[in-house]
Amino acid sequence: MSTISHVIGTGISSAVQVAVVAVGGPVLVGVMRKVRCRLEGRVGPPVLQPLVDIRKLFRKQRFRPDQATWIFTLAPVMLVATVVVAAAITPLVTTHPALRASSDLFVLVYLLLVGSTLLALAGLDAGTAFGGMGSSRAVTIGALAEPALLVTILALSTTAHSSNLPAIVSAILAHPESVATPQRLFALGALLIVIVAESGRLPVDNPATHLELTMVHEAMILEYAGPDLALVTVGEAMRLTLLLGIFVNLVAPWGVATSTSVSGVVVGLASVVAKVAVVGVFLAVFEVFIAKVRLFRVPELLAGAFVLALLGVVSGLVAK
Amino acid sequence: MTAGVLVVAGALLGLGGAIAGALLPKGWRVRAATALIWAACGCEAAAAIHVLAIDRPIVLRSTELLPFTGVTLVLNSLGAFFVLLVVMVAVPATLYGIGYASHGLDTRTAACVFPLFVTTLLLVPTAGSVATFMALWELMALTSLLLVLVDHSASEASRSAGTWYAVLTHVGAATILVAFLILAAHSGGQTFAAIAVHARHLASGVRALVFMLALVGFGSKAGAVPFHVWLPKAHPEAPSPVSALMSGAMVALGVYGIVLVGDDLLGGGPVWWWLVVLVLGGASALFGSLHAASSTDLKRLLAYSTTDNIGLVLLAVGAAGLYDATRHPLLAALSLVSALVLLFNHAAFKGALFLSAGSVQVATGSRDLDRLGGLLRRMPQTGALFLVAAAAISALPPLNGFIGEWLLFQSLLHGAVIGSTAADIAIPLAVAALALTAGLTVVAFVKAVGIGFLGRPRSESADEATEVPRTMRLAVGLLVAVCVVLGVAPTLIFPAVERAVKTALPGLGTRILAHGVDLQVVGLRGMLAPAALAGSLAGAVVGIMVLRRALSRQPTPRVVEAWGCGRQLQTARMQYTATSFAEPVQRVFDDVLRPVQDLDVTHVAESRYVIESVTFANTVDDAIERSLYTPVIRAVRRWGQVARRLQPGSVHRYLAYGLGALVILLVAVAVMG
Repeated sequence: MSTISHVIGTGISSAVQVAVVAVGGPVLVGVMRKVRCRLEGRVGPPVLQPLVDIRKLFRKQRFRPDQATWIFTLAPVMLVATVVVAAAITPLVTTHPALRASSDLFVLVYLLLVGSTLLALAGLDAGTAFGGMGSSRAVTIGALAEPALLVTILALSTTAHSSNLPAIVSAILAHPESVATPQRLFALGALLIVIVAESGRLPVDNPATHLELTMVHEAMILEYAGPDLALVTVGEAMRLTLLLGIFVNLVAPWGVATSTSVSGVVVGLASVVAKVAVVGVFLAVFEVFIAKVRLFRVPELLAGAFVLALLGVVSGLVAK
Repeated sequence: MTAGVLVVAGALLGLGGAIAGALLPKGWRVRAATALIWAACGCEAAAAIHVLAIDRPIVLRSTELLPFTGVTLVLNSLGAFFVLLVVMVAVPATLYGIGYASHGLDTRTAACVFPLFVTTLLLVPTAGSVATFMALWELMALTSLLLVLVDHSASEASRSAGTWYAVLTHVGAATILVAFLILAAHSGGQTFAAIAVHARHLASGVRALVFMLALVGFGSKAGAVPFHVWLPKAHPEAPSPVSALMSGAMVALGVYGIVLVGDDLLGGGPVWWWLVVLVLGGASALFGSLHAASSTDLKRLLAYSTTDNIGLVLLAVGAAGLYDATRHPLLAALSLVSALVLLFNHAAFKGALFLSAGSVQVATGSRDLDRLGGLLRRMPQTGALFLVAAAAISALPPLNGFIGEWLLFQSLLHGAVIGSTAADIAIPLAVAALALTAGLTVVAFVKAVGIGFLGRPRSESADEATEVPRTMRLAVGLLVAVCVVLGVAPTLIFPAVERAVKTALPGLGTRILAHGVDLQVVGLRGMLAPAALAGSLAGAVVGIMVLRRALSRQPTPRVVEAWGCGRQLQTARMQYTATSFAEPVQRVFDDVLRPVQDLDVTHVAESRYVIESVTFANTVDDAIERSLYTPVIRAVRRWGQVARRLQPGSVHRYLAYGLGALVILLVAVAVMG
């Protein structure tokens, strides 16, 4: 009986996580836009504008370039599907999500890679210059971000002796004194840089412009319109939210439910929303004060992240 | 005993295939040889499964077959795993060979040598003595060399590839032979069983020499840096079924050799041996993936990607030895498991990729990505199969490549906390190498699929391409099915892998991995539920497709022209090319790749402000070939020129040489006697 209620509990909490990421993602983007606009002295669109845009896009007609294949159609679906699965298995609200066994940092990285790889292929599918340019740049940045990302995972995993996310989060909750070790601080710094790069935010990519010479992500998805564009937009917003959600629960996991009780899930939900909102606002403020770096300066940024992550691993060894 | 009959029957059937290929008329030879090879594969696979099931080796001896030494065949669990790996590639590759036959495989030579090559691949892991091993190993090298040369024996590139392969493989064979001779001389016998007993008590210097010689020899067969230079030359020239077998199976036997000598015969070694293996592995992985990311020839790209995958396998083998040397048997076993799983997976997807590259070459006559494009619409099945295999090699879940890299990452992750200084430094760097390799592999294969199969066709032949015969698609499909099945249910091969690992690393009593649907590393905290992950991903995809259809008011898409910045005309030349796609990676890593770029601007005679034509050339040579091999070749050639002066053609001079030599000999005898 208890196993059945546990299964139902994990299922419901995973559904809650997917729902909060799906709805919260576009709202987070709206909040970040609003903060930026206000700091730049503009009024800015309403916070819920991204949701309204997505609803509008879903109702429009679908388009397909004449050279495109089924990959063009599949890529947005795959992008959203991988983020949905990732959101379902990550400990955002509770440390007991569904498929807890696969809730591994390594699995999450590669799961998200499926979506971005297919999107890169879709960029080449229409046979235009812009799509290829975006794909080429996006996969290059992705490849360069990978070492920093995996070494960060290595640094974060050594305390829990596992790359399983619920295990890592539980280990921090059980040993609060380990929360601010140099090892973790370096690794989390590296992780934040990688998240910014992977979700195409400033200073790596500017999601607000369509300038030919500097576009990365926007060039790749230029051929999308209507419901497909809506899926890409939702997918990207969900991805940013999910990555920030993982980040905040690795920085300060307090509030996350250690069971699947209703009160625990409600508290967990409120805390993760609050924490992600704080980090999102922080990122938006940060973005006001910096400019996009040149494409060929991005490797230096990512190399910096890699060095930070390696410092994390090394300082963990020194401390031992 | 019945199992021993199977091994012999397999060998005889393979030889029968070679004879059938040599004697039968053109219409019959390929089919007959293929049927006999399948029978041989069946026999060997049955013997291998039998050995893995009872976990006891089959031993066969014959003193009559080879003079002086006799033939010793020992099929143990480690060898049996490699036999199964060879069978897994050989059956689809030979099936593919039926449809591909008219492209150079139906000549009498090829039809005879191809079955012989497959037979030697099947038998090398069963060799139980130095003489047997070297005989089979040489036969494998020679048959594969003939097959590299068979396709276009007139072309310059093919001859050059043959020379490079012949030299490197024989330098490798020579170092392996020296290593084995040292072992045999100290053991009083040349069977591996006798060597394994005595080799553990040798002086550490001798053991190190043997291991390093074996590492060079087997490393050159495996395609590890810096011995990889033959791969990007030989693979593009060889017929595709041969490339698939060479890259999937033969290269894996190089790793078999390293495990055989390092773990089975020498019984492990000090930490520094394995650090050398780790460095070789990391360098191969990075160098191979960088070149794969910047290659524009499809088969050259695949060849470099073989070096990259073998690098990952060597990382796992090196980590296994490192853990074994620092007394962490469970971690050592886990690393070796990941090495074998990576090899098996590599054989499956690389076989599929080489075979599909062959289909592309058959359909378009080109391997140059910049002359392909739009093939997914023209060859939908080949294209889709190539896409899945490319996703598998890019380690995307839920396919088999992901499982291998997950296992490798888990073994490295747990190794980072064992508290040995060597491991502390090596492991984080190995993780970084694994990560960058994985990222660059994605670049390489997004390029291969995106430029080769998507977009507009870049040449007329690509535009007119049609789907290849059914047997060729079926062959690729079999290998892709292995990729999918082992991605969703990897535990299917784990019993076999575990037996093989316990043969190489004896003394490990417990299980390494739990044998359920889910992967679990026994005694360590590492879990993965691949089937559930794949199921939920499939469910999410279907759910979102339904949702998109439900929300959209007009669900069928309207087909429109792609946006061309306001221009009316879209041509294939406006697309990104393979060269331009790889340009950012090439620019970031130009210190390693050292591309040669040549920009030539011709002005109109009247004014230098008006440009008549611009030519731009961008070539990426192999930097290791240029800086390591070219000087050696030049020196050898110079010494050759000097040595030629000794041979001017004068009989008097030759008689003087003979007299001089005799005098020196007599003096030497007098002095020493």
